[in-house]
Amino acid sequence: MAGRVSLFVTCIVDQLFPDIGLAAVDVLERLGYEVDFPQEQVCCGQPAFNTGYRREAGEVATHCLRALRNAEYVVVPSGSCAAMITHHFGELFASDPERLAETRRLAPRVWEFSKFLLEVAGVEDVGARYDGVVTFHDSCHGLRALQIKEGPRRLLACVKGLTLREMDAAEECCGFGGTFSVKFPAVSGAMARTKIASIQRTGAGAVVGVDASCLMQIGGALSRAGLAIRTLHLAQVLASH
Amino acid sequence: MAEELDGRFRSTLSDEKLQAAVYSGTGLLMQKRQAVVNHDVLPEYQELRDQARALKEHALENLEAYLEQFESQVTAHGGKVIWCRDGDEVAEFFVRLAREKNARLLVKSKSMTTEEIGFNERLERHGLEVVETDLGEYIVQLAKSRPFHIVVPAMNMTRYDIADLFSRSLGIASETVPENQTQIARTVLREKFLTADIGVSGANFLVADSGAVVLVTNEGNGRMATTLPKVHVAIAGIEKIIPRAQDLPVFLKLLGRSATGQPLTVYTSFLSGPRRPGEVDGPEDFYVVLLDNGRTRVLADPGKRESLFCLRCGACLNHCPVYRKIGGHNYPWVYSGPIGSVIGPLYRGLDRDPWLPFASSLCGACAEVCPVKIDLPRLLLDLRSEITERRGRGWQERMGFRIWAWVMGRPRIYEILGRMATLLMRSPASGRWLRRAPAPLNVGPARAWASERDLPPLPRQSFRELWRARAAGRRDHAAR
Repeated sequence: MAGRVSLFVTCIVDQLFPDIGLAAVDVLERLGYEVDFPQEQVCCGQPAFNTGYRREAGEVATHCLRALRNAEYVVVPSGSCAAMITHHFGELFASDPERLAETRRLAPRVWEFSKFLLEVAGVEDVGARYDGVVTFHDSCHGLRALQIKEGPRRLLACVKGLTLREMDAAEECCGFGGTFSVKFPAVSGAMARTKIASIQRTGAGAVVGVDASCLMQIGGALSRAGLAIRTLHLAQVLASH
Repeated sequence: MAEELDGRFRSTLSDEKLQAAVYSGTGLLMQKRQAVVNHDVLPEYQELRDQARALKEHALENLEAYLEQFESQVTAHGGKVIWCRDGDEVAEFFVRLAREKNARLLVKSKSMTTEEIGFNERLERHGLEVVETDLGEYIVQLAKSRPFHIVVPAMNMTRYDIADLFSRSLGIASETVPENQTQIARTVLREKFLTADIGVSGANFLVADSGAVVLVTNEGNGRMATTLPKVHVAIAGIEKIIPRAQDLPVFLKLLGRSATGQPLTVYTSFLSGPRRPGEVDGPEDFYVVLLDNGRTRVLADPGKRESLFCLRCGACLNHCPVYRKIGGHNYPWVYSGPIGSVIGPLYRGLDRDPWLPFASSLCGACAEVCPVKIDLPRLLLDLRSEITERRGRGWQERMGFRIWAWVMGRPRIYEILGRMATLLMRSPASGRWLRRAPAPLNVGPARAWASERDLPPLPRQSFRELWRARAAGRRDHAAR
């Protein structure tokens, strides 16, 4: 047994894309980890934090801290939610010494999925097979807060049968942005269409990412445009064989 | 408000010509910047950013002392510093000056600070004529418009638009070749330079130890405007101060690169006082107007202070996916893009345009390219929080987040509500995405979402249900 990890699956994966969570569990178990799912977990609080509701975000974040308290490693299949815990809980609890101390204990144990595989498990080749051409979307928070850039590409390079074809606007925001997507739907939608045009130019059959929320935005725009390009979380690609 | 805004954005988004102009204009500036800041050509780029930030931090921490030093240097060189609280005081000074000098015509080089106070309109009200001499600003002035971009004021206009504009305003034949258009503007403006009574400029930097106004330009009009007329007045925000002339290289290396992808702009002018005895050119009178206009209020708030570090390079606009869609004119003030969404509310008050800091996906591309490392996403988040605290966002949203937070702290209730939503959504077994949510759910955010994108089908079971089923299966297996 390689060790024990707790999955913080995120509310969006829990409610909308459970397959991503199951895929992450598969990959981790295949690498010999014992995976635990702390049942009290719900959300990191990011929707409220990003919309300016700090008190509400603090309440949800407090619950999150409590739910993950006993975890040895926390693996999160989202760069954005992981960064919320590691980068923004500190701001949120700046004047609450007790929560701040809990945050400082938790944050170093929180790992975004691809970073965990590479930096903790120390594997690049997870023994996956995926036959097809894919392109990779860099999610903003993962890219800019957690420097997730080459990691997922290294993991994808080891997948048998897979060809990665980069898009020209890989680092350009998909337009999701949490409540931005519904406060400014026209702008958000236009950003998504720029993104899918870039995806389309690669000729890939699927777009891969490390954040379910971006994939929901891209997937929703692809579906609206009638395009048959799939959206896949990195965990889903790595779980296939 | 939200619907009116959405309508405005939609009309910009459906203007294909405008969309192409902005996307390619900003895209070109992004490429040019990348070519001159990448590690191979400028290995010290990140250090320069740190140095520039540290210098700005230091200058603003000691602003009072440096401004006083600057004033005494300017005075020693025979110039005069005028302190102005706002645009009214600036206009008052100019009207008095024009009367004193019997002046009618002013020529102006590019200056966002003058745009900020509506300088031209204010002076025109007093019968004075102000002519913009930067080519882009001249075009904008003829079009009776306002700058679309901090650095490229007429980015939204194609050469055909400009041909029409020149033909209409100047009564000449249509001319679509950019070089010839420039020549037309030169001819008109040359006359203005030679007859102007007062030359007005902005300032990229105010150097405290030498009392110099530093202007960074590309067109040569800045030199003409500041040296040909008998009087030169530079207008600058107080935050433009830097301590020493020897600090300039750090900023000059960053500014041109970040703004237009130039290692150095074509002209870098050091203006430090009127013509001295024996000199052949330069103005007879030299003034520097130091403008506050909300800056000291921002300075007093340590959490917002870094917004004053801005060099006005425009890189955050070029890299902002929202700016690239909605363009400069949908921003309510002269400063657009991420920096505009921060300093607009800070200078003019949070109650004005409270939507502005929310019009960002918080992608962080702006902070990544800012030459002085202003943490724009953090500032936007802080402003959002201050605006919601003032109840600026309406009770429905507040109530929504209260309920949301209550639910998100109670896993059992969260799970039950999730099940209810799944039943109400009636997702097809095919796993196909939905055009819209069924009637009871097709409201608020779900409706806004579906106006642009399909909705993901809700799964039969949530992850936690699947997890429990899986764990139960394993227990059974182990028991057998």
